[in-house]
Amino acid sequence: MALALLEALNLHVRYGGISAVKGISFAVEENEIVCLIGANGAGKTSTLKALARMIPSSGEIHYRTERIEAVPSHDLIGRGLALVPEGRGIFARLTVAENLAMGAYHRRDATGIADDVERVFALLPRLKERKAQVAGTLSGGEQQMLAIGRALMGRPKLLLLDEPSMGLAPLMVEKVFEVIRAVAAEGMTILLVEQNARLALEVCSRGYVMESGLITLADNSAALLADSRVRAAYLGE
Amino acid sequence: MDILLQQIINGLTTGSVYAVVALGYTMVYGVIQLINFAHGEVVMIGAMVAFSIITSLAGSSLPPLVIVLAGVMAAVPACMVIGYLLERAAYRPLRHAPRLAPLITAIGMSIVLQHLALLAWGRNPLAFPQIIDNRVFAVGGAAISSVQIAIILLSLTMMGGLSWFVYRTRFGIAIRASAENVHVAGLMGVNADRVIAATFVIGAGLGAVAGVMYGSYYGIAHYTMGFSLGLKAFSAAVLGGIGNIAGAMLGGILLGLVEALGTGYVGDLTNLCAWPGAQGWLAAQCADGGHFVLFGSNYQDVFAFLMLILVLVFRPSGLLGERVSERA
Repeated sequence: MALALLEALNLHVRYGGISAVKGISFAVEENEIVCLIGANGAGKTSTLKALARMIPSSGEIHYRTERIEAVPSHDLIGRGLALVPEGRGIFARLTVAENLAMGAYHRRDATGIADDVERVFALLPRLKERKAQVAGTLSGGEQQMLAIGRALMGRPKLLLLDEPSMGLAPLMVEKVFEVIRAVAAEGMTILLVEQNARLALEVCSRGYVMESGLITLADNSAALLADSRVRAAYLGE
Repeated sequence: MDILLQQIINGLTTGSVYAVVALGYTMVYGVIQLINFAHGEVVMIGAMVAFSIITSLAGSSLPPLVIVLAGVMAAVPACMVIGYLLERAAYRPLRHAPRLAPLITAIGMSIVLQHLALLAWGRNPLAFPQIIDNRVFAVGGAAISSVQIAIILLSLTMMGGLSWFVYRTRFGIAIRASAENVHVAGLMGVNADRVIAATFVIGAGLGAVAGVMYGSYYGIAHYTMGFSLGLKAFSAAVLGGIGNIAGAMLGGILLGLVEALGTGYVGDLTNLCAWPGAQGWLAAQCADGGHFVLFGSNYQDVFAFLMLILVLVFRPSGLLGERVSERA
């Protein structure tokens, strides 16, 4: 078995007295697309925030060759770990170009950054048309594209995506997932959190199902899509 | 003399000082939503340090301009250090405390700094040495002094420099990004502690220059001068939209103009003898060119706070403070 790029062991997240994540373990291997599905409030976003060290947690988080529980959030992108947060988190008052520049904030290679801007524009042509525009004026789908493009500017090794379909019209969701497939096709390792289980499982090779802070099912996507419990609870059948 | 033009010149002068001080409030507020009430005191200390340096060098054979520059050059780093220490010692430990805690601490730090200045420089107003020959030029029926010209030009230069920094440099963009969402900026590799410290240090450095300008304009420095200056600059920041850098500049200039024009005209406008139909007792008061003025120019400080109240009632987000929302 290949060494996992990311591995969480017995991960807990608590908010005051409330446990949001109650001791979960999972792994993401290099070049894999793994998804974490579950209902609203299952603890998916808390898990991603803990991985990106935005909130405190207990348990072990192994990333590449080190444990990152004590690494501050702002040092993770330099190690190749990027999170596209829930609700996109674009800088609404900055221009599209400035948002992308922020994605490459930790980098110093000006020519490499310029090349990557062109790569992102090739992947997301709408952003190129709007590069001088203030990001708050973009549509929801365009903002999601920008959030993904901005994360790619950091040249991550592992991309954590939190609910990229949230609040988007169905047509836009399709487009966002097309982008995710394109990024995955280039060999990016992705951990995708989604409420839209069908979409997520169609993109991923493996999935974990979270319920009330625990992982209740783990299998490859085809098996999960066929599982009667998943079909009943998440695919509306 | 043309009162309108004269008051506009005076308003631009004080307004540009307010604008520079307001930048210190608004930058800090933008990133950590804290109103650093001690900022006015930092400005005061800038004036005090410059006063000490200029006074001690005044007798030397150095050219006057060099002496003034030496005062500014000493005030700026002194204030930057104080700004940094304020953030480090007083605010950073309270970063995750309820919002009221740092606010009260800010007021506390303001009192502490005021009294440290009282101990160091005494309780009496200090006359700012007028070592540079203050020439006065006539423009269209009004007068503008070389000190006023210097204040306006220096302020505009600093505002231009700051704008270039926050809109064109990598770290400046990081400051604006952090002002929108410090956690997401962290995901991009921005160290929030560094950005926050930078806003304090930059604000304090600008404030130091503002303090020197204010002291040399009014020819006086006093350990309490930071209080009203700070409150007015804060009002200017709110007027422009607190957290908005361009807003602070606009708000400062506007507040200076309103204050100067209000002060210039309030006496004439509230002179009851100039109103038609004065009768009886009032007519007797007005006889032979007499005055009965309700509000004189000693009401100067009212205008800034009147503006603050009006803004808070009618446009709480300020003139430029309209937030661009993240659309769903």
